[in-house]
Amino acid sequence: MEQLTLPKEKLPELLGEIGSKFELVGPIEENGFLAFRKINDPKEINLDILLSRVPPKSLIFQQTETLFTYAKGKDSKVQTPKIEETKRVIFGIRSCDARGFDIIDPVFMGKKEGDYTDPFYTKRRNRSILIGLSCNEPDANCFCTSFDDSPANTKHVDILFTDIGDKYYVEVVTEKGEDLIKKVSKIFSKATEKEGNIRKETEKAAIDAISRKMNTEGVVEKLDKMFEHEFWVETARSCIGCGICTYLCPCCHCFDIQDESTLKLGGRVRVWDSCMYEEYTHHASGHNPRPSRMNRVRNRVYHKFNYFPKNDGIFGCTGCGRCIDYCPVNIDIIEVIDKVKEVNV
Amino acid sequence: MTDENPYQPWIAKIISIKEEASGERAIKTFRLEFQDEEVKKKFTFLPGQCIMVSVFGTGESMFAISSSPTQKDYIEVSVMRYGKLTKALHLKEEGELVGARGPYGNSFKLEEWKGKNILFLGGGIGQAPLRSVIDYCKDNRKDYGKIDIVYGARTSRDLCYKDEFAEMSKKDDLSIHLSIDVEEEGWDQFVGFVPDNLKRLNPSPENTIAITCGPPIMIKFVIQNLLELGFKEDQVYTTLEMRMKCGIGICGRCNIGNLYVCKDGPVFSYDQIKDIQGDM
Repeated sequence: MEQLTLPKEKLPELLGEIGSKFELVGPIEENGFLAFRKINDPKEINLDILLSRVPPKSLIFQQTETLFTYAKGKDSKVQTPKIEETKRVIFGIRSCDARGFDIIDPVFMGKKEGDYTDPFYTKRRNRSILIGLSCNEPDANCFCTSFDDSPANTKHVDILFTDIGDKYYVEVVTEKGEDLIKKVSKIFSKATEKEGNIRKETEKAAIDAISRKMNTEGVVEKLDKMFEHEFWVETARSCIGCGICTYLCPCCHCFDIQDESTLKLGGRVRVWDSCMYEEYTHHASGHNPRPSRMNRVRNRVYHKFNYFPKNDGIFGCTGCGRCIDYCPVNIDIIEVIDKVKEVNV
Repeated sequence: MTDENPYQPWIAKIISIKEEASGERAIKTFRLEFQDEEVKKKFTFLPGQCIMVSVFGTGESMFAISSSPTQKDYIEVSVMRYGKLTKALHLKEEGELVGARGPYGNSFKLEEWKGKNILFLGGGIGQAPLRSVIDYCKDNRKDYGKIDIVYGARTSRDLCYKDEFAEMSKKDDLSIHLSIDVEEEGWDQFVGFVPDNLKRLNPSPENTIAITCGPPIMIKFVIQNLLELGFKEDQVYTTLEMRMKCGIGICGRCNIGNLYVCKDGPVFSYDQIKDIQGDM
């Protein structure tokens, strides 16, 4: 792995250069929140706020997506929209959000022979080059370290930037990352051993600054034993079913499909959906397998901490803390899992 | 359903429509023919598998294929008029175009069951997936032992495939036992629920596979009675239903526990689902 450094004041120059060669996306402040947007002027980029409100999963798994268009009537014709395949650089993604892609990749891209592949997700994922940015000062509800992750993990990105004072320490992780660096390499210097040590100390300090921990040991087996427990009634009591925990989760991947059409033309559109809504599982017959909040809250917890581990060998949680930060009734997933462990069965 | 886009359906023409049951909950069987010759040629499926049918401008829904794969020229779906999509489909006329993609899900293990007796227990529109299996067994009659079809609906008006049963009963290579829930003038067969008809018929579990599809309450008592008759849990098969959108294991909504009905199902043995933890 190539280790480089970049003086901080050169960042706009670098991003300008990247932006001239690729589509560049990065975090900007918008209506008081951080959001990943196409960058036209590198000065727009905001690296002071830690996490975007909507995770950058929206860049790959778009909130709305036209799956195909059609003409109605006698000459019914269907057509798939063209999906852009030129390279796109996503700058400033955090470890937890980058790891979110690793968790949902098998869902969209298939994991075994015969699985279907979602072409929209797959093409966007393949066209994206992820430049991560280490978190030096984690937020109050960060807990990525509970999943063997680190605020400065190189594993989920193509290139990782770490702020080491007056410079960025730059680690080039993948081939995709190398290709990108080659195109802009004149701007970097080789990193020294001393700078490497500062980078390590920075990571250690960030890990130490994470105060929250989710204890997931044995949770899969415990959940197997308490599906019918009244605990779920209690846990769901304060939930108002707003769905924000699912919309802002980097690992939630559920969607709805709807037709939008005029008399002659139309399209089938996919939109993010949430298992927290009553309609989500409502059959045409009127029967609903998950009629109450209890069923829906339970399903969400099980999906992340029992079904995901069983189906994909991984928890469906990155520890980003968004569902805790944004829940209007203060449901705290770390506390829920702590209480799961305390339940007597 | 092109190679590049699994969400994109093929165009299919409705070549005929047959009204199976009338009234508020009317049932129609739509015979569909893919318009692309290539697709028509290469489309294959197994009994039990499902297909996503589109009405452009309304949406799409998943249906069991009710025809047999031994019939290669077309596929059929039997649809009860119930929700938004099925109402739109019922308004379609012969010659109109719809979309279709699939096939999806697993199937009944008909290869494995060669040499066995097969007992079908259907209720209402639940007969649709069973019809695919029955027609398949009829077309491969020598591969299977005794075939019994136990089928019931609320009234005689709600019974599907009536003329097909009439045709089948002319031959003596299978037995048909129809029922309706309440007495009707002119009805000379069993009156009562399917689980009760099953009890009355008292079939032997020996070398027999029982397949049941219908309303959840019927399935529950059919299985209970089968077990009482001495059927083992792995001799009993049923299909499960959940609301679906993508049909390909991605959109997340059709899970019962960690299983996705669209790809892990819809066919399950009672053995597989008896202890399943999940909302159904």
